[in-house]
Amino acid sequence: MGSHALAYAQTVAAVEIRDLVVRYGSLTAVDGLSFEAPAGCITALLGPNGAGKSSTIEVACGLRPATSGQVRLLGRDPLDPVVRAQLGVMLQTGGLFPTARPLEWLTYLAKLYPNPADPADLLDAVGIDPGLRTQTRRLSGGEQQRVKLAAALLPQPQILFLDEPTAGLDALARRNLLDLLRKQRDLGKAIVLTTHVLPDVEDLADSIWVMSDGRIIMQGTLAELTGSSQAISFTGPMHLAIAGLMQALPEGYEASETQPGKYVVTGSPTPQVMATIASWCAQHGVMVSELGVGSRTLEQLLIETSKEGNR
Amino acid sequence: MNHVSMARRVTAHAQWELKLLIRNGEQLLLTFVIPVVLLLALGFTKLSTQSIDAAVPTVFAVSILATCFTSLAIGTGFERRSGALRFLGTTPLSRLDLIFGKLIATGLLTLSSIIAVAITGTFLDWRPSASGLALALIIGVLSATVWVSWALVIAGYFRAEAVLAIANGLFLVLMIFGGVVIATSRMPNLLAHMVDLLPSAAMANGLRDALQLNSVPVFALIVLAVWALIGIWMAKRVFRWEP
Repeated sequence: MGSHALAYAQTVAAVEIRDLVVRYGSLTAVDGLSFEAPAGCITALLGPNGAGKSSTIEVACGLRPATSGQVRLLGRDPLDPVVRAQLGVMLQTGGLFPTARPLEWLTYLAKLYPNPADPADLLDAVGIDPGLRTQTRRLSGGEQQRVKLAAALLPQPQILFLDEPTAGLDALARRNLLDLLRKQRDLGKAIVLTTHVLPDVEDLADSIWVMSDGRIIMQGTLAELTGSSQAISFTGPMHLAIAGLMQALPEGYEASETQPGKYVVTGSPTPQVMATIASWCAQHGVMVSELGVGSRTLEQLLIETSKEGNR
Repeated sequence: MNHVSMARRVTAHAQWELKLLIRNGEQLLLTFVIPVVLLLALGFTKLSTQSIDAAVPTVFAVSILATCFTSLAIGTGFERRSGALRFLGTTPLSRLDLIFGKLIATGLLTLSSIIAVAITGTFLDWRPSASGLALALIIGVLSATVWVSWALVIAGYFRAEAVLAIANGLFLVLMIFGGVVIATSRMPNLLAHMVDLLPSAAMANGLRDALQLNSVPVFALIVLAVWALIGIWMAKRVFRWEP
């Protein structure tokens, strides 16, 4: 990619989707979605099954035409050959040639790209022996997943789309993958991730977009979405007399029991307030099992939004 | 350099296809063993009343049908099911690149099958004329185009299991009743006129006319050209990368 294109990629979002609609017959899978993913960021696209995540990714990768709306990758059409050379994709289903060996598959793919990584080095990096003579269909699920990751990284792309990248990986392989993705982000790549593994999102994502019924219903950083900028939560015995806690707290803070045994204190989390809560609990002989910033976890947030979506 | 040229993409894909095809035992059976054994059977046992001059073009037609249609359709159908094609749809390899790549790989494999049959034929005293061979080459290339395009239509549209059944079923039906092994000249008039419009009959009759009679099979060429155009148009319309 030339310096002009690189400069351009930095001024516009690497991935830019406007008013996207995808219909299959009478079913509307994506319903006026707008989304963007900048370079140098890991952007997570979340949502319940059937929210329209896969359809969105498929249109963005050029696998499926949009019914209406606009998709721009690096400011260009997704089918533009220059864009396709800058696109790395890891699909949930497919992405391997069953009868080919991993190195053969990557060596072939490398011929399609102007600036590919070395296939053997890449296999090494994801923990697959480049000399492996086994056909990909006989590899374990986790090994297949790593070959798919290597194929996505092979083009040394500006944009990476990863659909459920950690599925089937053991703990060590998962950690290696997350490290690899952080490195890619630091190299300035735009990474778009869809996953149901929320700890991956909490560990990695710079920006989170939540989809439901084909639309974006929420967008922000992890702190923004979980409300960690204005709340503290803790878990303890049910039905504590929190009126007493309210008195102990500085003015402007509110305490409530959101679910039996789950308490949220709204207001800016400061070390003093944390200490106040802890000492109030100690005075009353209350054993706290979790004390942290944020009114809810990402998991709670997604469960709430998917319930709303089903109503 | 912003992207790899189409010529290089197509070449890379053709090499990849050939590599996988040659490795597949079933493929080699369809491409080499069946045609050669068929020719030996026709040549030695006089199973049919056909002379060797008629038998060789008939077996050429069987070779083209087996490699360009049946095995290509089945292979592509399973590639689609595995999601390999879906992934390739995200790479710089375009639909047209994939089709050209497959055309070249399949063409080379078919050519080697034809050469194996031709060498077997010369041991059975088959002596074609140079002009007949040149004509047969044109008919062969056009026929291959027809079968490749229709293989892609079927492989790109149906489920892999259905592709397997359709490709094998059509191979047998077309070989026996489609004017290949039983020439349309031996069929009742009305039926013969209908079967003559099939690409299988046009291919087999065209090859026999060219190699046996050394005449230009104008009608067969027109029929093949029409099937090729429809096939290419259909393949571009219905071929899907998705499983």
